[in-house]
Amino acid sequence: MYSLTYIKPDSIDKAASLLAESDEHKVVSGGMTLLPTLKQRLARVEKLIGLEDCGLNNIALNSGILTIGAMASHYDVSHSADINAKNPALVELASHIGDRQVRNRGTIGGSLANNDPSACYPAAVMALKGTILTTKREIEAEEFFVDLFETCLEEDEIIKSVSLLIPEAAAYEKFPNPASRYAMVGVFVAKFPSEIRVAVTGAGENGVYRCSEIEHALSNSFSADSLSDITLSAEGLMSDIHAEADYRAHLIVEMARRAVNKASSR
Amino acid sequence: MTQVTVTVNGNQHIKDVSDNMLLVDFIREKLALTGTHVGCDTSQCGACVIHVNGKSLKSCTMLAVQADGCDITTIEGLAVGDKLHPMQQAFHDNHGLQCGFCTPGMIMSAIELIEGRPDISEQEIRQGLEGNLCRCTGYQNIVKSVQAAATHSQQN
Ligand SMILES: Cc1cc2nc3c(=O)[nH]c(=O)nc-3n(C[C@H](O)[C@H](O)[C@H](O)COP(=O)(O)OP(=O)(O)OC[C@H]3O[C@@H](n4cnc5c(N)ncnc54)[C@H](O)[C@@H]3O)c2cc1C
Ligand code: FES
Ligand code: FES
Repeated sequence: MYSLTYIKPDSIDKAASLLAESDEHKVVSGGMTLLPTLKQRLARVEKLIGLEDCGLNNIALNSGILTIGAMASHYDVSHSADINAKNPALVELASHIGDRQVRNRGTIGGSLANNDPSACYPAAVMALKGTILTTKREIEAEEFFVDLFETCLEEDEIIKSVSLLIPEAAAYEKFPNPASRYAMVGVFVAKFPSEIRVAVTGAGENGVYRCSEIEHALSNSFSADSLSDITLSAEGLMSDIHAEADYRAHLIVEMARRAVNKASSR
Repeated sequence: MTQVTVTVNGNQHIKDVSDNMLLVDFIREKLALTGTHVGCDTSQCGACVIHVNGKSLKSCTMLAVQADGCDITTIEGLAVGDKLHPMQQAFHDNHGLQCGFCTPGMIMSAIELIEGRPDISEQEIRQGLEGNLCRCTGYQNIVKSVQAAATHSQQN
């Protein structure tokens, strides 16, 4: 690792001004993505700003909206009784990210900022009509996720929390890559009184996206059977050593079917 | 350089470290506790797992400066005198290791995994150890060892 200075400010405002000082500065949350990159000298930073003392790990439920602080770890989310009572799908999602040790450190804010095309949380945030609160503004999920590993965050902008709507029913199903446990395909299905939202991760060439064919089929009837006749086009899906695009197209429908079954059985 | 104070296996250490030093290198090089291993550079193998403030984590993916003020347990801190920790004893009894490289990490992960769960299933153990790779592929006996330690914890 190249040399760097580590600073741990005690407020988010101080963190934001440190970050704004130079584009060689970066924030670190769980470090589960950033530290391996630094270790391998794939990136270099001058100042690393630790967010652990900025008070960003609150989980709160207010008038039908669940707000999760950026520093809430995957462990925190998977063990939150509040979240489990209102949206068990999120608990399931968090408890299957990576492995135990990754979950003990990795955070929701880091995961969203990183926007890995195979990460799990982006699908949930997209399906649950998430709003990302930063040090500068509020950003709707659809605007936030831009492309592979790219969000609309500015260089000196820090995620403070994310707010999610409470669905009537929801579930997340992923087909994990057996080596990394990232999603080869992950589908988050959320049923609201007025709409069905289905977000897909691990598959799109531009990262997470909403699948309108599946949403449409489910809004006629929210059952796995309504997906029986759907064949998705492989266009716009990733092909790599793990799976060809047409296999991913097949997996999306299958993961959606399983998610609908799970959501309906609660 | 930054001064850090850590308690490792019950002993307090105050040391100057470079900010870019990984916690695992600090433990191995500055404290000469070489039981914690490094098996990869991608945070995937789990050979470096230790407990920090009671939680298991990969010490290759944390900076030493981030551990300032923390209470750390490594594999060297488990036995009491000549008496092995029950998890170590279970690995010994069940031939839970071959070359032994993954063993410290396996044991540290397994201790947290079975905490308060004496009747944990084989499937849950396999899944719970997904962050630990054994390149000798001796998983069968590793799982057997962890199951034995869990059962043993119920009897005591
Ligand atoms: C072995 C392994 C398996 C994994 N498996 C999965 C998986 O199955 N599913 C999955 O979704 N993920 C997986 N991950 C990724 C994991 O969830 C990471 O925790 C996550 O991607 C990054 O979160 P972090 O808190 O560690 O972020 P960090 O590594 O601290 O930061 C990541 C990036 O985000 C920036 N950043 C961090 N916090 C903020 C903030 N609040 N505001 C703005 N920018 C910020 C950092 O500057 C950095 O660029 C895995 C990781 C590993 C090592
Ligand atoms: S050395 Fe491989 S996970 Fe830490
Ligand atoms: S015993 Fe050799 S790596 Fe596991």
